[in-house]
Amino acid sequence: MAADMTAASAAPRRARKWNQRSIAPWLFLAPGLFMFTVYVLWPIVQSITLSFYDWNGLYNKDGQFTGTFVGMGNYAELMSDPAFETSLWNNLKWLVLYMAALPIGLFIAIFLNQTVRGIRIYKSLFFFPFVISQVVVGLIFAWFYAPNFGLFYLLTEKLTGQGTAILADPDLVTYGIIAAGLWPQIAYVMILYLTGLNNVAPDQIEAARLDGAKGWRMLWFVVLPQLRPATFIAVIVTVIGALRSFDLVSIMTNGGPFGSSRVLSYYMFEMALGEYGYRMGFGAAIAVVLFAIMMVFISGFIWKMWRDETER
Amino acid sequence: MFPRPIQQSGQAAQWLYTIALPVALIIWLFPLLGVALTSLRPASDLAQGNYFGMPSGIAWENYAYIFTKTPIGQYMVNSLWVTIPTVVGAVSLSLMTGFALAVYGFRGNILVFFMFVAGNFVPFQILMVPVRDMTLQLGMYDTWYGLALFHIAFQTGFCTLFMRNFIKALPYELIEAARVEGVAEWRIFWFIVLPLMRPAIAALSVLVFTFIWNDFFWATVLTQGVDSQPITAGLSSLNGQWIAQWHLVSAGSILAALPPVLMFFLMQKHFIAGLTLGAVK
Repeated sequence: MAADMTAASAAPRRARKWNQRSIAPWLFLAPGLFMFTVYVLWPIVQSITLSFYDWNGLYNKDGQFTGTFVGMGNYAELMSDPAFETSLWNNLKWLVLYMAALPIGLFIAIFLNQTVRGIRIYKSLFFFPFVISQVVVGLIFAWFYAPNFGLFYLLTEKLTGQGTAILADPDLVTYGIIAAGLWPQIAYVMILYLTGLNNVAPDQIEAARLDGAKGWRMLWFVVLPQLRPATFIAVIVTVIGALRSFDLVSIMTNGGPFGSSRVLSYYMFEMALGEYGYRMGFGAAIAVVLFAIMMVFISGFIWKMWRDETER
Repeated sequence: MFPRPIQQSGQAAQWLYTIALPVALIIWLFPLLGVALTSLRPASDLAQGNYFGMPSGIAWENYAYIFTKTPIGQYMVNSLWVTIPTVVGAVSLSLMTGFALAVYGFRGNILVFFMFVAGNFVPFQILMVPVRDMTLQLGMYDTWYGLALFHIAFQTGFCTLFMRNFIKALPYELIEAARVEGVAEWRIFWFIVLPLMRPAIAALSVLVFTFIWNDFFWATVLTQGVDSQPITAGLSSLNGQWIAQWHLVSAGSILAALPPVLMFFLMQKHFIAGLTLGAVK
């Protein structure tokens, strides 16, 4: 009798506990998930939809959407748009050249991975460029490249006899901006590798040393394999940095001269909100293309995470 | 250790290294040093073409000028109004989402988690038109809270990734033991997990502060006037007015860079811990 009673009262309590534990995660998730859905997930869907419309961003006085459906029209226009082609090419240049941040960052990390007096201060000062805003980085480099008195201009004048105003040269301007972007990016990669180098297994290094490995062979066959997690993160943040390159283009050149330094992110902004009027649907189509490019890399990242999670 | 500690090399190599360090640093920070020096150079020097020679004096008046004759002080206050609520909001929301994703093995857990992670990487432009439109519709365009709300939502993605991994690394027995004692789930969150999250909260706070202070794109898209524009957007519009007045541009740049730099130096350990998450196994 007594045993029956405890069993009977335990059953509902267990059910309640189970219930609490199945509802609790959703209650904890609710505010964050709500915000994220409203401001990130749903806008992605809206932008994709909008890319099939022609819309100037306005509503009629009844508050109704005034866009007209144009099907693949915006995308068809992009196909034959020379400015889009320039932007796409420039994005490719950014992607490829930004990868230079990896070897340079690794090189600086190796250079700084010592235990001498004051090395911590050196490490943080080397990291400096990453902490400051890209707007400031852009202004700093605009000054560095400035015609007639900029240090870069004076340097080229000394070396070649004729100064190069890199931001005014349609053929060189993108490289000039990429160099400015590399400055903070290298600092970021450096800090990733410094952390990685700190965690390289010392016994493996010693063992390899006893086997006579040194220099490049040591780096390539012993150290780099152990730095793989750092390299992976570095590749991801560098790709994202390259594709997000909006601030520098906007600050340094506004896409000029003659639109030659445009990238997709900047061209999209120009079309949707810039001086060319409010072509929201066309802008959205550019954004969708950029999103599709980014998705390739995001999927790779998620796939890797998925593998790590299921291994555990 | 790799490379071989310099102490094991010859005397000459050690000397070389001691000299190479400051030289490399000066080359690396050269553009920044140049701008810092220009910000203290009198305008008359620049007018006479004395860009890199001895300055004729130290011109603190450049800073006095931008503070009194331009709204740069207001811009900096606006930046704080956007940045601080975003830090508080994103960290709070992600403590909860991170807890939910780390502690409970419900269906769809990994899917929700990956969604936060993936959302964090999307290009801003795919969000731009709808977010701006929604902010306008809600009457929040050109306000600090309109900008802060978006930042909170977006940063929650990155912060969730961070918090979830941090909580996952805590000893799970703590939570098990509390459950055996019959402690309610929210109390487990509040009294057991939260006190252990201090390092994670510190790391994320400095990171989010820096990200938001330095944000330019959303500041341009969601704000317009002196009353709400943060420093990045403000500096960009001032730059348009100060054509080639490099002493002012430099002073403004240094000022805009200062708060995140201070934050970084004060909280260096946390900052780097946050940034290098996942860089080691």
